[in-house]
Amino acid sequence: MMSRIIESASPRALALLAIVTAVLIAAPSFVNNYVLSVLIIVLYFAYVGQAWNLMLGFAGQLSLGHALFVSLGAYTSAALFIKFGVSPVVGVFAAIAVAVVAGCLIGYLGFRFSIRGVYFALLTIAFAEFTGIIVDHISWLGASSGLFLPVKNLQSNDIVNLRGSPTMFYYVILTLTGLALALCSWLLNSKLGLYWQAIREDQEAAEASGVPLFRYKMIAVAISSGLTGVGGVWYAFYYNNLFPETMFKTSQSVEIILGSVVGGVGSLFGPVLGAFVLTPLGEALTAATEGMHVDGVKSFFWGLCVAAIVLFRPQGLWPWLYDLLGLGPKREGKKP
Amino acid sequence: MQGRSLAFSGSHVSAQLYLNVAVSGLLTGLIYGLSALGLSVIFGVIRIVNFAHGEMMVLGMFATLVLFRALGIDPLLSLPLVAAALFAFGYVLQDLVVRRVAHLADHMQFLLMAAVAVMLISVCLMMFGPDAQGAQVSYGFDSFAIGPLLVDKVRVYAGVAALIVSGLLFAFFHYTLTGKAIRACGDNYTGARVVGLNVRRLYALTFGIGTACLGAAGAIMLLLVDVHPYLGPSYTLLAFIIVIIGGMGSLPGALLGGMLIGISEALAGVILQPSLKSAFSFGLLILVLLVRPQGLLGKVAR
Amino acid sequence: MDRRHLLTTGAALGAASTLALPTRLLAAGAPLKVGVLLPRSGVQAGIGQDCQRGVDIAAPILKSLGLPDLEIMNGDTESKVEIARSTAEKLIGAGAQLLIGAFDSGQTTAIAQVAEQKGVPLVINIAAAPQITEQGYKFVFRNFPTAGTILSNAFEQQKAVFAQVGHAPKSVVFMHVNDTFGTAMAGGIGKVMPKFDMPYKIVETIAYDPAARDLSVEIAKAKATGAEALLCVSRLNDAILLTREMIKQRWTPQAVLSMGPGWYEDQYLKTLGKYSDGPLTFSPWYDPKKKLSQTLVAALAKKHPNVNLNTNHVFTFEALLIAADAYKRAGSADPKALAEAIRKTNITDNSSMGPGIMFNAKGQNDKVVDGTVQNVGGKQVVVQPEASATAKAIWPLPAYDKRG
Repeated sequence: MMSRIIESASPRALALLAIVTAVLIAAPSFVNNYVLSVLIIVLYFAYVGQAWNLMLGFAGQLSLGHALFVSLGAYTSAALFIKFGVSPVVGVFAAIAVAVVAGCLIGYLGFRFSIRGVYFALLTIAFAEFTGIIVDHISWLGASSGLFLPVKNLQSNDIVNLRGSPTMFYYVILTLTGLALALCSWLLNSKLGLYWQAIREDQEAAEASGVPLFRYKMIAVAISSGLTGVGGVWYAFYYNNLFPETMFKTSQSVEIILGSVVGGVGSLFGPVLGAFVLTPLGEALTAATEGMHVDGVKSFFWGLCVAAIVLFRPQGLWPWLYDLLGLGPKREGKKP
Repeated sequence: MQGRSLAFSGSHVSAQLYLNVAVSGLLTGLIYGLSALGLSVIFGVIRIVNFAHGEMMVLGMFATLVLFRALGIDPLLSLPLVAAALFAFGYVLQDLVVRRVAHLADHMQFLLMAAVAVMLISVCLMMFGPDAQGAQVSYGFDSFAIGPLLVDKVRVYAGVAALIVSGLLFAFFHYTLTGKAIRACGDNYTGARVVGLNVRRLYALTFGIGTACLGAAGAIMLLLVDVHPYLGPSYTLLAFIIVIIGGMGSLPGALLGGMLIGISEALAGVILQPSLKSAFSFGLLILVLLVRPQGLLGKVAR
Repeated sequence: MDRRHLLTTGAALGAASTLALPTRLLAAGAPLKVGVLLPRSGVQAGIGQDCQRGVDIAAPILKSLGLPDLEIMNGDTESKVEIARSTAEKLIGAGAQLLIGAFDSGQTTAIAQVAEQKGVPLVINIAAAPQITEQGYKFVFRNFPTAGTILSNAFEQQKAVFAQVGHAPKSVVFMHVNDTFGTAMAGGIGKVMPKFDMPYKIVETIAYDPAARDLSVEIAKAKATGAEALLCVSRLNDAILLTREMIKQRWTPQAVLSMGPGWYEDQYLKTLGKYSDGPLTFSPWYDPKKKLSQTLVAALAKKHPNVNLNTNHVFTFEALLIAADAYKRAGSADPKALAEAIRKTNITDNSSMGPGIMFNAKGQNDKVVDGTVQNVGGKQVVVQPEASATAKAIWPLPAYDKRG
């Protein structure tokens, strides 16, 4: 389906994409620091949401434990940097390796033992929480006291060690998001993508016609977990502290997937749109409810908005926006 | 690893310690089991995973607290009232909201229930504030001494109440017409429609019964744990573990799973470092998912 | 103060201030804009809202001390690192000239980075992770002891208490919550304790889950060690659970020696009633003999009649005190001048224990000490250090099963 979007990309869609890209590239020069910090969060969630989307959208497995891959990536690169002075540019490969191994292990168990749907989701939760509790007891990684990265070099940007200003982190995460989008769109138009689609449309038919299901699903899982691990590296160096009691938690995994689900699972731009809707929605609700001086009222309305999206746009926001803006042939109503 | 924290404490433990801990774990497990029943009933029939499970139980705990504070009703006596209130809540929620997402993919259902959970937490925070609050009953600190065994009175009452509620539930599903009809819906949706059952009403009833279980569990739980708005998520995860281990949709399975987790967490706490005991539960969950995904008492997947 | 109004004017100013236009222009008698970041919702909402009470009572007290007005801009971190960071940016964008926060070490670290980058002073109210003031920050100040200091002080004062009551336990079981603070304390114990030649041995260390639903096993295990006293680092909920289990399992140790929050908190006293008496807490606290403490007690009693003054209120208030005092001395809201003034802070008539508020080169107040607080008759009573004590310690812990 995704490739269909690209193939059928209307001039209007391409123009929109170009405008959005240009605005995002220019953004740091005209937005204030607060907006920039919100944009950074948006892009981070767009990025990890995109990575997560590969797992459900293409391997058909619902993961509620993606915080595991973020955390593994974050801890691996941070530990290498703190303990051995390894630059994150190098550390990122170790981070990818660790995340991919974990992803493949979970994916392998899931596929081999035919654990699907909610059961697979619980398997991912169990792995994430389990690992979190273990890391909570490894004093070399700071245990539950947390792992702190030394914060230095704040005035000049050092891209090799990922030390620098928010603007630098903004461009790094923007680049990552762009690359992830490009990668996904390329994958979908490749032979691999065709197999994924065949599997998604009709798993049994695909298997019957000789598509090696297991291998192609594992590839999707590996790419998804590896990409997510890269997000973790960025996270570690942007926030500079890691605590297992928050990093590995299911609530963290839920934050990762919210954008994608709201935006539209299985679509290329859904995760990006979702992130661009949800984070600003939170900020807007904070601003709107501030005058009421009631703690918690913001989250209530936030929940209400999300519930409304599920009830009224059950395919996610992207297909709806796609039709609304006339970006291509009508799609809503069709099964994703 | 912190060497100290993993050290086995063999020299101190005695048979008496194990016995005390196991009995207490068993009783606590019964209550966990009751709360997990609510999850199991809903999933077994409606095939919806209630990710707002823990938050609904917290709602039940707050309702019990209000009755205790305002009218001085003992949590065990207010149990039927709270269960009834939560039943109404569940019935309406299913009929107005959840029903509309029944045909959607797992992740959309998950998102809806997560949003409901967020709203429930916010409402509790706004109404009751963030502090942990409990109901202090007169027998709250008593324990029975049976030889070397010290059994917490509250846990005994709570465990017995959990058994009674589970028994009633079991009887309802097996000996009443409505109960049988609900089971029929769960076993064969199309069949149930064909024979003219009012599936919509039965589903709402089922969801209501599931949340009523949570209300009952909440009322009992308030005797053991102080309630605060953010208590829910850990109970949601716990209930999942129990239900998977016992078998999704199996009522005795949920009770058995609860007791197993209760005892094994308790013993893991003695043998290993207590801070590692939830790792033990998650490990058990992984094992069961791989070896026997239908759970101990679950039916083989259709 | 009306936050709405602030935000609308702030929005106009926001763009300007982020371009680093001279904030000096804003001074000249105008109140200092202080952004207060606290976890007022989310899992830490209880503590965040409690800290907020220290802010609520501040204005008239600061005025009576002859200090300039502060314009408080509240920000809720929702107990999340991400929100803490963007809210800090938001408050600075809306004109905040100084930040205060944020109880949690993770959130505080995130805010500290923003403060440092923007060159806006941050005064930390509470957060014990030592790393925060070890980063070489120029704009970050902390008027709260680090885990190591709390620990050293705790041992010192335990010995003082033992001397006072003429008795000391020979063995303790050490129970700690396995969270950021608990692990930092547990990690430090091995290094710090030998320096103090303590009369007791730790016979066993029991770490438990911060989200524990049930601590019966933990207490059963602790009781089985046969230790004479319980040494612990807890939070509120687990302190209550531990106490309930001690009563039910009929175990009254000689003493409960707590080196963190929980055991002396109002909620603990309220929930457990007569069973709350007795535990000794070694923790940052206010000096009841200082004049400002009495003012704070009175102010809080007026605003929140059911709340006793505690560490959360005192240190949050003192953060505001530091801000107002520095603003007065700097005579301007220029962040560099403010930071310089804060660095030279020397407030001796403060409220917390110790000689007063002054910062070392790292921006840490290394003079602040623990107080020893015992619950007596549903009130928190200071029993150590001698100079601040209003009563002698009660020893041993009255048996739980003989409390009428």
